[in-house]
Amino acid sequence: MFNFKSYSRADSIQEAIHLLKENPEAHLIAGGTDVLVKLHKGKGDFDHLIDIHGIAELDFISQKNDGDLVIGPLSCFTHVAESALIRKHIPVLAEAILTIGGPQVRNMATIGGNLCNGVPSADSATPLIALNAVVTIAGQDGSRQLPLEDFFLGPSRVALEHHEIMTAITVSRDNYAGYSGHFFKYAMRDAMDIATIGCSAVCRVEDEVLTDLRLAYGVAAPVPIRCKDTEDKIRGRKVSTQLLNDIAEAVVDDVSPRTSWRAAKEFRLQIIATLAHRVVKQAILNAGGTIQ
Amino acid sequence: MSLNRTITFAVNGKKKEIAVDVRQSLLEVLREQLGMISVKQGCAVGECGACTVLLDDVPVDACLYLAIWADGRSIRTVEGESRNEMLSKVQQAFVDEGAVQCGICTPGFVMAATAFVEKHKHHKVSRHDIRRGLAGNLCRCTGYDTIVTAVQKCLEDDS
Repeated sequence: MFNFKSYSRADSIQEAIHLLKENPEAHLIAGGTDVLVKLHKGKGDFDHLIDIHGIAELDFISQKNDGDLVIGPLSCFTHVAESALIRKHIPVLAEAILTIGGPQVRNMATIGGNLCNGVPSADSATPLIALNAVVTIAGQDGSRQLPLEDFFLGPSRVALEHHEIMTAITVSRDNYAGYSGHFFKYAMRDAMDIATIGCSAVCRVEDEVLTDLRLAYGVAAPVPIRCKDTEDKIRGRKVSTQLLNDIAEAVVDDVSPRTSWRAAKEFRLQIIATLAHRVVKQAILNAGGTIQ
Repeated sequence: MSLNRTITFAVNGKKKEIAVDVRQSLLEVLREQLGMISVKQGCAVGECGACTVLLDDVPVDACLYLAIWADGRSIRTVEGESRNEMLSKVQQAFVDEGAVQCGICTPGFVMAATAFVEKHKHHKVSRHDIRRGLAGNLCRCTGYDTIVTAVQKCLEDDS
């Protein structure tokens, strides 16, 4: 039996916000694949749970009239990865999600839970950051929007006030139309593993010129990050092997990996540079570019 | 507030109404209250898949699933897979291919494989696809090859 002391179930966003306000020590539980593991291991403070597992209004994947894609945070990974909308418009997100855990975990775990958990290895974070995703957050005073990149504050710390709940993840049309992407996760095993380094590249190629690149890494810093200095440096350059070499060289200054039992800092830097080359190359090829 | 709830769900096609504690996992309720001991607790953190059951025909780890979430849903375990003393197609394929060694992972594998076979009926899948589809289950005897073959046979028979 899981060792928590109180439990309340919310059936709507408003009810969840209300319950959070009433219970200053409470934590939300969604898919359960992080919270229940922590409870099992006796880690963290999960004495008081507010269960948002069944809030139907947060479980959806849709496209607005203007083409923007909106993902409900309670969508499980399997639904996101198998969604025709996601596969057609932002397949890089599906690619990343299919590297998470195994089928059982993906059937339970939610995309919002992955983001709100706030770990640097969250595999759904880097493709979404590379797609300039924006999250909608609802609280007692209404709702606000925040670029996902700014949502991550530190290891396991995100920009949610206690009484707030994520209600949508949006990728606007101008951020995916005309773009292609690629994701790669370097881990010790091919499944059921946590990334040593995760990398997402989203780019646009016009007449063999890389007119835009958005490069994001997981586990390369205390939070999932974008490599904006590198992006600014190379934007507008002609596609070539030299360009890939320059990106791989520049990217090292954008990251700050650390040593952990999983991998040493130096090894991570090596993977980061190698993936910059490989992942950007594949993204460019997917965007119709040619590299000799 | 009380931690007790009553849930109604179907287990292997039979409707059950039972009292549960909100802190109980689906695994605990299935094993301890309903006697479904095919559902094994291995790692208890969603890594080994020994507790795999089908929830509305979708595989989940029963160890990481609160029993109350099963309210109104339909659960399948290995206990309900045979019909009239005939093993299910997947069970029979495991027997025929020698896909069982020590057996502890077998019920979880059979359920994950059953979901995979039902989902990919009439689709062409490679051994690699099967491996990815069963990536949530561990066999410590490392008898993966015969398990993959068993699943492959099930899908070949369908096409």
